[in-house]
Amino acid sequence: MEENLQITPLYDCHLELGAKMSPFAGFMMPIQYSDITAEHLAVRNAVGMFDVSHMGEVLITGSEADKYVNHIFTNDIRVMTPGQVLYGMMLYPDGGTVDDLLVYKCFEPDAFFLVINASNIDKDVAWMKEQAQGFDVVVDNQSPKWAQLAVQGPDAEKTVIEVLGLKEAAELSFYTFTNVDNPVGRIILSRTGYTGEDGFEIYATPAQTVEFWKMLLAAGVVPCGLGCRDTLRFEAGLPLYGDELSPEISPVMAGLGMFCKMDKDEFIGKEALQAQKDGALKRKLVGIEIEDRAIPRAGYPVELEDGTEVGIVTTGYHSISLDKSICFALVDKEFAALDTPLWIRIRKRVFPGKVVKKRFYQTKYKK
Amino acid sequence: MSKVIEGLRYSESHEWVKVEGGLAVVGVSDFAQKEMGNITYVDLPDVDDEVTAGEDFGALESVKAASDLIAPVSGRVVEVNEALEDEPELVNQDAYANWIIKVEMSDPSELDALLDAEAYKKISD
Repeated sequence: MEENLQITPLYDCHLELGAKMSPFAGFMMPIQYSDITAEHLAVRNAVGMFDVSHMGEVLITGSEADKYVNHIFTNDIRVMTPGQVLYGMMLYPDGGTVDDLLVYKCFEPDAFFLVINASNIDKDVAWMKEQAQGFDVVVDNQSPKWAQLAVQGPDAEKTVIEVLGLKEAAELSFYTFTNVDNPVGRIILSRTGYTGEDGFEIYATPAQTVEFWKMLLAAGVVPCGLGCRDTLRFEAGLPLYGDELSPEISPVMAGLGMFCKMDKDEFIGKEALQAQKDGALKRKLVGIEIEDRAIPRAGYPVELEDGTEVGIVTTGYHSISLDKSICFALVDKEFAALDTPLWIRIRKRVFPGKVVKKRFYQTKYKK
Repeated sequence: MSKVIEGLRYSESHEWVKVEGGLAVVGVSDFAQKEMGNITYVDLPDVDDEVTAGEDFGALESVKAASDLIAPVSGRVVEVNEALEDEPELVNQDAYANWIIKVEMSDPSELDALLDAEAYKKISD
């Protein structure tokens, strides 16, 4: 396995900073530089930066690009204008999730830029190509060409403008993007993120990305690893593919039905989702808060008071921002209502808790 | 470089034991606390619980992960370090001063299977 690991263009920068590195989604990635809590709080209170160059990018072009993307994607791209971004999923016909992704409607006609999870690049590209049969489209996996930085936190806009000189940032609202073309290549500046804070995701060439990273570091922006990326997205109620979405976990199960537009004529998986909405659904993703500092971790059982197992934890932490032990869990749907008492088995003991809203932390996006 | 204290016995799973008569005072090594990073929670057993050498008796948790605490000797828990309930970070501050449990040993010969400081240094570099 080890010999197949990829690295990002910022690998040497991570080593120079003494990052704790670990394999993630086929890449050797920084988990933390100093301390997960400090990095987490930098993003919540000021600004932090992440190397997310492992993410995949796929360009869809062709005269039927609109029709094709709307066929494979759960959200409705017909309402999009160039410069907009939409979040949604690609599904299998049975409603299981192929991946969750961002769709960018490009300024060029008949073109969409899709951003997918690193762990799913090969699978997704194969899936997209298979579904492209019969459509006049080209599916171009551009992942190796693009590196990506995420600059996140309340000071992100100021940082991107003052440190990187990307003045266009001021005009972007949440889930919009613009292209900045210069002689060394295109920069896609996108007001998106995975932290629950305002922020930007910046796609650029590997060389440009290394230069940006060094400029940000020199300006004192805190480098943040994947450790706090997970604690941040979790608090903000955002799913991680593999934990809260998977071939077995549909967006309806995960409580992400709002990103699946059932009024569309069709998309792959629509009928299965409709059946789930009509009652076939067995489990739902909920938030659970427990009254103890013990930490519910992925895989721990969720029980009723009498010990009957009714679910399983998918992600859990002692929340850094809220100082509470909370988790996402898939539970039998009859126990998914807010305030339902549930118990979590943590090693040899059982801790009482209750169902709470999944968005644990009040997100601060710039509308 | 992690600190290893002479005169203690160590397990390969990075617990230390200090023998006080028939009692084994048990903690985790400096190497273990460094590997864990900031400890946010110590899952302690109850007094009078029986622990078995080689089996878990509790856990340390960091933000990212839980790590089982493995009993280096068997016996009955006679005291737990309740200060760790409110201040788990004490283990990071000094892993040797902040013991976790005291065990009344049922078979002190189990101590012979543990490492001395010199042998432990070799596996905790």
